[in-house]
Amino acid sequence: MSSAQVPYFNCIRTTLTAALCLENFASQIVERHNKPEVEVKTSKELLLNPIVIARNKQEKVLIESSINSVRISVSIKKSDEIEVILAKKFVRFLVQRAENFIILRRKPVEGYDISFLVTNFHTESMFKHKLVDFIIQFMEDIDKEVSELKITLNARARIVASEYLKVYA
Amino acid sequence: MSAFEVEHLAACITAHAWNADRSRVALCPNNNEIHIYAKQGTSWVCEHVLAEHDQVVTSIDWAPKTNRILSSSQDRNAYVWTFKDGQWKPVLVLLRINRAATHVKWSPQENKFAVASGAKLVCICFFEEEHDWWASNHIKKHKSTVLKVDWHPNNLLLATASSDYKVRVFDAYVKKADGRVQRPYGEVAFGTPIFEFDQCASWVHALKWSPTGNQLGFSSHDSQLAVADFATNPPTVDKIKLRTLPLTDLLFATENSIVGVGHNTSPILVTKQGSGWTLQGDLDTGSGSAASDNTSARNLFQNKVDLGESKVDVKLPTVHQNCITNIVSYKQTGGAVSDFSTSGLDGNIVIWKVKPLETKSKLKFL
Repeated sequence: MSSAQVPYFNCIRTTLTAALCLENFASQIVERHNKPEVEVKTSKELLLNPIVIARNKQEKVLIESSINSVRISVSIKKSDEIEVILAKKFVRFLVQRAENFIILRRKPVEGYDISFLVTNFHTESMFKHKLVDFIIQFMEDIDKEVSELKITLNARARIVASEYLKVYA
Repeated sequence: MSAFEVEHLAACITAHAWNADRSRVALCPNNNEIHIYAKQGTSWVCEHVLAEHDQVVTSIDWAPKTNRILSSSQDRNAYVWTFKDGQWKPVLVLLRINRAATHVKWSPQENKFAVASGAKLVCICFFEEEHDWWASNHIKKHKSTVLKVDWHPNNLLLATASSDYKVRVFDAYVKKADGRVQRPYGEVAFGTPIFEFDQCASWVHALKWSPTGNQLGFSSHDSQLAVADFATNPPTVDKIKLRTLPLTDLLFATENSIVGVGHNTSPILVTKQGSGWTLQGDLDTGSGSAASDNTSARNLFQNKVDLGESKVDVKLPTVHQNCITNIVSYKQTGGAVSDFSTSGLDGNIVIWKVKPLETKSKLKFL
């Protein structure tokens, strides 16, 4: 994590700590059901105002909270076309393994690359500070991973090109 | 003497209640069962498992005088449990609601009780001798789920906290249960709110009457604690903004001190000095001292050496490791709470002792 990102992640951490104050709340619309209110959006009074934390046009986080669930959507940095493709492929790889990440949502919210859905059942079975740590760590890692992929890709391209052009040397 | 005793009885506790002599505790381990633990020597032993509900139990209340347990669940039902021949026998309450029951509370005289529900109403239940069942009257007037209810010590007034951002006070007089009594606000029609408080800007999670019933404290998701003083009519409301995460339950330790618990893992103390309420601070100051800082720094480097990771498995410095959901008075001496117990999502039941707690946290109960 570069030092320029520290205030961005600190801001997300504080906001998440405040947003993850959830309770077990049975649906007041459907009998004997318990649904994440942030997803069903059937009762307006149970939703809070969504928050966007943006570092620049691309790097931003959307946090939507409700009485029993929080949806966190992340848009990751994409500085050129290669990064757009790499980010897309990498996110696809993760989303296909969503069960292993427990809180990962299978489909990102529109306009974002990856989404998490945290419900009260997650905060009951896991420690809240650990959940927040996990999300922050995940965001840090994904940035790192994409830039590493880009470097290896460029290096490979350079080797391939030089091998290919050796014939004409 | 330690300021608290910790008992880890389940992975996650949604509600707990004590019997009259505090020898037994009923708790819900975040499923459809109620476990009753009894203290034997120094350890707690599970005596009974009450499994009649079929969804998560939301609230438990143990009547001290009549020794009956009242429980509510998200399966829309409430049961009254009576102890007979070494067994707890359930009796279903005719609630006539079609959404989750969220909170229950015996009235102080234990002749009736209130059940809050997700059907946007409150049931006032009383025993009908002729039919031999618990019948209920409905208080509607709520625009969203009712999250908490609390009885005034006079056995007539009922305060409700709802997720429509409002606190309401009703006259829950039931002729069949109460007979002829003097009612504090005259002949108010059943189900019409006497007072409505709209000071909260979010869901109201907690409310409690003070021991005399002259004050009503309530706190909401916007981390606000408000206390309504009923000495005047209409009541005056004093609000304080907390810097911590929202509170989920309150307890009046005395008439002038409130202990609040919530998402912050440490109970806080709020006291009334003169006419206004002020936040005194955290009661659980934690084990955070210079020594433990050293060890955590050492662990960090040790971890780097051993695992190549800089992250340490951080344990919170407070006693509770997750959100605290309940606070109950455990022992009273001379009208003031001398011990209280809290339970939370970390599965701990903690009994706090006020006197050592005062010296440890350097705060004063008034």
